[in-house]
Formats: sequence, C-alpha cells, structure tokens
Amino acid sequence: MRRSILLAAALTSTLALAACGGAETGDAGETAEPTEETGAPAASGSLTVWVDESREAAVTAAAEDFEAETGTTVELVQKNFEDIRTDFLAQVPTGEGPDITVGAHDWLGELTSNGVVAPIELGDTAGDFEEVAVAAFTQDGQVYGLPYAIENIALIRNTALADEAPATFDEMVAAGKDAGTKYPFLIQTSAKGDPYMYYPFQSSFGAPVFEQNDDGSYRPELALGGENGEAFAAWLAEQGDAGTLSTDITYDIAVEAFKKGKSPFIVGGPWMLEQFADLDLAIDPVPAAGDQPAQPFVGVQGFYVSAQSQNALLANDFLVNYLSTQEAQVALFEAGGRPPALTAAADAVSDDPVVAGFREVGAEAVPMPSIPEMGSVWAFWGVTEANIVSGQAKPAAAWQKMVADIEGALG
Amino acid sequence: MSAADTNASAAVVATGDGGGAAPDTTRTPSPTGARPASRSGSGFGVGFVVKLVLMALVDALGLLALLAAYSEQSWGIFAAMLALLVAANWVYFTRRALPLKYLLPGLAFLLVYQVYVVGYTGYVAFTNYGDGHNSTKEQAIEALLVQNERRVEGSPASPLTVVESDAGELGFAVVDDAGEVRVGTAAEPLEPAADATVTDGVATDVPGWTVLDRTRVLERQQEVTTLRVPVSDDPKDGSVRTQDARTGYVFRSVLEYDAAADTMTDTSTGVVYTPGDEGRFEAPDGSTLAVGWRVTVGFENFTTAFADARYSGPFAKILTWTFAFALLSVVTTFLLGMFLAIAFNDPRLRGRKIYRTLMILPYAMPGFLAALLWAGMLNRGYGFVNQVLLGGAGIPWLTDPWLAKVSLLLVNLWLGFPYMFLICTGALQSLPGDVYEAARIDGAGRWRTWRSITMPLLLVSTAPLLISSFAFNFNNFTLIKMLTDGGPRFADASVPLGHTDILISMVYNVSGLDGTAPRNYGLASALSIVIFLVVGTISAVAFRQTRKLEELT
Repeated sequence: MRRSILLAAALTSTLALAACGGAETGDAGETAEPTEETGAPAASGSLTVWVDESREAAVTAAAEDFEAETGTTVELVQKNFEDIRTDFLAQVPTGEGPDITVGAHDWLGELTSNGVVAPIELGDTAGDFEEVAVAAFTQDGQVYGLPYAIENIALIRNTALADEAPATFDEMVAAGKDAGTKYPFLIQTSAKGDPYMYYPFQSSFGAPVFEQNDDGSYRPELALGGENGEAFAAWLAEQGDAGTLSTDITYDIAVEAFKKGKSPFIVGGPWMLEQFADLDLAIDPVPAAGDQPAQPFVGVQGFYVSAQSQNALLANDFLVNYLSTQEAQVALFEAGGRPPALTAAADAVSDDPVVAGFREVGAEAVPMPSIPEMGSVWAFWGVTEANIVSGQAKPAAAWQKMVADIEGALG
Repeated sequence: MSAADTNASAAVVATGDGGGAAPDTTRTPSPTGARPASRSGSGFGVGFVVKLVLMALVDALGLLALLAAYSEQSWGIFAAMLALLVAANWVYFTRRALPLKYLLPGLAFLLVYQVYVVGYTGYVAFTNYGDGHNSTKEQAIEALLVQNERRVEGSPASPLTVVESDAGELGFAVVDDAGEVRVGTAAEPLEPAADATVTDGVATDVPGWTVLDRTRVLERQQEVTTLRVPVSDDPKDGSVRTQDARTGYVFRSVLEYDAAADTMTDTSTGVVYTPGDEGRFEAPDGSTLAVGWRVTVGFENFTTAFADARYSGPFAKILTWTFAFALLSVVTTFLLGMFLAIAFNDPRLRGRKIYRTLMILPYAMPGFLAALLWAGMLNRGYGFVNQVLLGGAGIPWLTDPWLAKVSLLLVNLWLGFPYMFLICTGALQSLPGDVYEAARIDGAGRWRTWRSITMPLLLVSTAPLLISSFAFNFNNFTLIKMLTDGGPRFADASVPLGHTDILISMVYNVSGLDGTAPRNYGLASALSIVIFLVVGTISAVAFRQTRKLEELT
C-alpha cells in the first residue's frame, strides 16, 4: 500500500522536477570523442558541447580540427533538440551544464532573462554572416550566439500540377482547383493550430505579433489585435467554412498527401524536402491573403555559450574561429539541410534551385521574435486560430479574447 | 559491541581503499569445521567472510562516491553518503539491529529516490523558481553585469596578447591601429610599451612582461575572461576585454554593482536598483532588471492555485474531471474485465486459452503508442473510425468537450480491461468450488450467486489493486498527453488548459516544460503537492475500508 502511494507521489513529483534531475548529463546518448591527439600541443582543457543528432557529425569534423590545433578535448553530448532548452536552463545554474549548446534564436529572450547565456563578440566576422542571422541573435546591442543556419517556410509547388507561382491566395486556390487534385492546397493545422505556418497569411493582413523597432527588433507590445487582426480572424473563419483550411490536416496528413500528388501546393520548410525527393519542385513566396506582403518567420539556428562555462575562452575560440569557417558551415548545411548563415557558405550551396528558392523567400521574411514575452503567446495563439478555422469560435470575439488572455499572461 | 566485532569493522574500514586485503586477514582462522564454535563467539564462519567481502565492496564503492563528491564539493551528497555508509557498517556489524539488516537497502533507496524527490518538490513549491528566477543571486548579478556591457561604437578589434608581470599579475598587450603596442592591467590603464616586438601584427615580446603561451593562458582562462583593462584614467573611455585571448575589444559597462550597498546602478541614467522581495533588482519607479533569482515566497503558489481567478476556475473543473476520469476508468475496466473473466472461466467454452491470449493483447502494447494510434484513428476527417467504421461521419471525437471525455474513457477501457481481466481470472480460479455448490443447493440463481458470493470474494483479493489502479489513473499523464493533450481548450478560461486536462497534465502545462508557456516550477510543484495529498488521503482511507472486506474470509 505504501508503495503505491509513494509511487504515485514519485510520479507526480518527477514530472514536475524532471528538469531538476540533472541526470541527463551522463545519458546513454553521450558520445565521447576520441581524446588525446598525439603530437598535438600539450593537452589543455576540455569543452562539452550539446548537439542534436542531425548536427553531431558536422560539429565533430570542426571539433577535430580544433583538437588537433589546440590540444583541447571536445566532448560532444547528443541530446534531443526539444529537450535542450529546458535542460540548459535547469543545468547551467548548477554548474553541470555544457560549455556550448546548439539552439534556436527564439530561445534568446528566455535564456538571457534567466541569465544562463553569455554574450559572444563576433568582431569583424559579424559582417561575413547574413544580416538577418546576426540580427536574430542580437539583443540590446550584444550578440549571444554564433549563427550557422537560417530556415524559413515557403510555398512548395509541385511543378507537374501547377506551372506558375500564384501571386495571391485566391489565385493559388483557383490554380489548385484547376489542377483537379483532392486538395487545392495544403497547410498543416491540427486541433492545436499552427501559428508558425499561418504567420505569412496573418502578416499579409498587417497584424504582426509584436511591434517592431526601426532596427527590426521587437518590443513587448502586442500588435496582433485590432482591426487588422480581426480581419485575419474573419478570413480564417471564411476559409475554414469554405474548406480550404481544416484542423483535421496534421503534419503527417499534409506531407503524405503532397507526396502522393494530391495537391499542387504545400506551405512548408526545408525539413520536408527529404520526403518529396521524387517530385519536381519549385519554391515560391507564400502568396498574400491580405493586401500586404506575406512575410513568414525566419528562424536562425546557432550555438550559445553558457554563462557558467569554466572554459569560456576555449568556447569562444571554438565558435568564433572554427565554426564560423566556410568549411564548417557547409558541413553543417550538408548535415541538416538548412541554408548556412555564413554568406560565403550560403553562396557556395545556392546552385541548388530549391536551396536558392528558400533563401530568396527568407530574404523577405521577418525574424521570429526572441523576446521572453513570446513564450506567453504560443499557447493561446494556435488554439484560437484552430477554433476559428473549425467554426467552434466566433472570429472577432475569439481573437479579442486571445489578445486579452495573452495580455493577462504577460502580467 | 564485542571486541571481535570492533576488530572486524576496523579491518573493513582499513580495507576500504585497498580492497583485496580483507580475505587474507580473515581466512586463516576459519576452517570450515570450526563453524559451530564461531556461531557462539568469534563470528568467523563462511557467512561472515562473505559478509566481510560484500561490506568491503560496499565500503569501497562508498569511498569512491565520497571522493567524487569531495572533488565536486557537493557537500550535501557527501554528508548523506557518509551517513549511509556509517549506518550500513553499524547495521551489518552489530547484533542488535536484526530487522534493519533486511530493511536498510530498501530504506536507503527510498530515501534517495523518493523522500528526497518529495522533499525537493516541497521546497520548490515555496519558491518562485521559474522563468526569470532561474538561479542564485550571485549568478543573476554576474549575468546582469555581463549582459550590460556594450562595445564602444567604432572601437577597433585589436590583436591581443595575454602578459604577466613579475608579480604574477595578468595584463593585456594590444596592438593599436598604428601598430604600436600598449600594455595595462586591471589596476593600471593601457600605457605604450616602447620596445615591444610585433610579429604578424601580434605583440610577441614585451620588455618587463612575460608573454603567456596558449597553455598558460588556458590554465588561467577564468582570470583572462574576467579581466578588464581600462583604456585610460577616465572610466567613460571603457576597458579592453577579450573572449578568445586573441582579439581585444573596448567595452563600457552600463550597469555597475556596488557590493557594499548591494545595489545596481545604471551609469547612463543614474537610476539605482535595489534588491526587492520578489528576487529582482527594482528601481524606485517600480521597473525591474531582467534577470532575477530564486527566493522563497511562502504560500503564494498555493494561494495562486486556489484564489487567483485565472487558475481557480479551471482548477475546480479539472479536479472534478480528474476524479470522474479516475473513478470511471477503474469501474469500466473492472466491470468489463470481470465480465470477460467470468465468461471465459466457464469450462463449457472451447478454446479458452486462445481467447484469453487475444484478450491480453492490448495490455502488451506500450500505452503511449496505443494512445497515439487511437488519436490518429479518431481524427475527425481522416480517422479510421469515422471514415471506415462510420462511413464518413464527421464526428468530432477529440474536439468536442463531452465526446473527448467519452473517447478518453473508451480508449482507457480498451487499454485497461486486460489487466482487470487478468487479475479477475486469477482470483476466480482460486475461489473454492464448494461455496458455489452450497449456493446451488440453497437455490440461489445466477444473479444472486454473483452478487452474494462471486463479487465479495473477488473484491477481497482485487480491492487493493483497484485502489492502486485509481491512483495510477489519477495520474495517467501519458494517455491524456498523447490522445487529446488536454484539448479542447476551455472557452471561458484565460489560461491554456482544456476540458480533458487532469491535474497532472495541468501541472505539466503550468510548469512550461514543453515551451508553450513561461515556466513556473514553483506553482507546478505546489499543484503536485496538492495531488500528492489528494491521492495519499484517498488511498489511505480506501485501504482502511478494504480491511472490512477481509473479515469475510
């Protein structure tokens, strides 16, 4: 009897404290790199780097050069990308965290407001990166991460079913209907909504999520409400009613249907391309539904240095002088398939029209907000959109309530 | 404690680091034939040797852990480990603690894995641990200072060399745009060094200073990265710092920390921030600095859960649904399991073994996988259930508040009945046949037999399992997360919680572990303590009640 009570207690508390366990450092996924390069300069220091599966090989290659030249040992710990943010936040204050971790730029606000990440000075190399990449990792004039890849969504077109890029949303739906396929176009939605995928449409109504400063950074004033936001909400309800948008379409259903040629268009990112290898594709800008340009979010991937790193010098040296080379950035591109953040590396891989296409769309995109307030937006945003699309909620009222709820959560 | 025991434990302690010496010291005086004698006094039997070897192993491992804890300076772990080790040695070498000899290993694991976890949750429940209050005050101050350094606009990136004075003080030698070397330390601003040698744009030799090579720099990298060398006597000109010991940049601090007064000053506006009760630096006008630290907040998290209107409304609904879900899950699975067990217990049924094996199949599937499969099958537009079984009916299984609850119970029924079927089959087979014979002679019908004999006898052996099943379903996070993820959302609530959320999934959402909400471990821990109290109380009361059933037999 006591066992079951305690078991229940343990269940509850382990969930709440999963992040405090700190047991992950010695995980089975840990892969120690070959140590001690013979003939290298006297061994000095070691670096721990958290990477996810898809980037491990590329970072290993860069680490080998670094090890050979400096005699430092680089230990790569493979982790799930989804776990990295929470674990990094929980483990850095205990001193158990890594020196460097891979991460996305939109974590920046949370990482800085919790004081777990240290600024890095890119110096003159900053100019070698795509502007949006460095801007995304910049907060209050300081750069906090070394960018390595840029990703954004675009309209992926099956050229066998539609031969030209649609200029507007209505043109796209018309072209999709002319193609005679089951779906005029595909966008993943699900019952929880997908505001990331829907953002180009929202921005085309002139309702960005937060107000933007002149330098492109966001300030914590909600901008998605008001007349423009409600116009977008009304459009969602209308399209949901017409059946062009549906909450039944999940990522799996959308990708599977496009793969089988059941639609000429899908809104998606480079991570889907592997599944579409048999199709002849063109990458177009997402067509606007409102009267302003449709701007998707651009996400930048990069490497952060822990604020509690005992090896800050090595960590910065490794990032700024070894991972920012064209060779390393191209290797990371080949491992992950996302266009490199280093301009020279991006140019080198842009022969591929698909990569070039995504890059072109990304040039018009806006960085995903990285301010900590963004964390309070996602949970309300997606579900509200989904409920409007499915017809469960009245567009204007639901949108107003969402804005009020987010404001309540922001405090 | 006898003299022999004292010697033995001394020997063990002595062998703790050596390991192999124990058998040698003890083997000689213990021939196998001497066992009866050893029982009365000296204790040198084979069993004792085995015990000694095992304890030596335990002590060696313990010592290893102690050394590891010592080198990591984790004093809490060190003290706990030491106490456990001393306790283990005392328990296994004294004659007075026989019951403890059996209980100690279990107790040790209980302490480490459960009491500690529960205690830590209790502690977190009284803090504001979460976003913005993630670490200690020292780390917050450190982070604020480093975040509020700004590179002086237009300042060059200068090639930098780390140098050391004869007194061992670190300094930087930077090469300016004109190719001249300037040297300085934390206390002395940069001064030109006339006779320095520059090779490839980097200072390689500075008279009066030792140039540190890479290895020496790395040995002192903490000092190097925190070193700030003022550009001139005027602090407004900023100071040189480096992050890779290759290039120096001129930075100026916006925030300054006064350790004596414990205040932060913004040098650009002159605003003074003082530490507030909430674990943040606050200005007189109420504005705060971004990075805070963890402080205890008393019962605030508990009052938020019950008194804050944004949480209390959903909390009451979720609490009700959690009880309904747990109770109905146990009742439905038990009834179906029992019905099938009784049906397949009938000796007239052919191929019972095959049916029984088939019945157990859902039990053999991992729960989260089955829940995911069901989530796909119950999709409104494309799911197997609507498309194939119901011929294209658009029933919103997972998106209507009531249907989502029904779907959850049905899927949980599918997942849970095999377990009940198993235990009921087992219990039924152990019921005595003569009771049924007596009932038949007394003229009892099937219903009467079931109600008066089968049910009570079955409950005697299954009631404790039903209670633990209730506790399990009360916290059945996997099913909720995978099937509905709490949805559909409450239309009238202002927090991201839904109609099928149970307390544990509410805890998960509030904790913000999935990244869709700001993390609030304090509130989440407070809620998990509430869950602990609820489940604990119900289980305790229910187990007390089941004792009455035992009186039947």
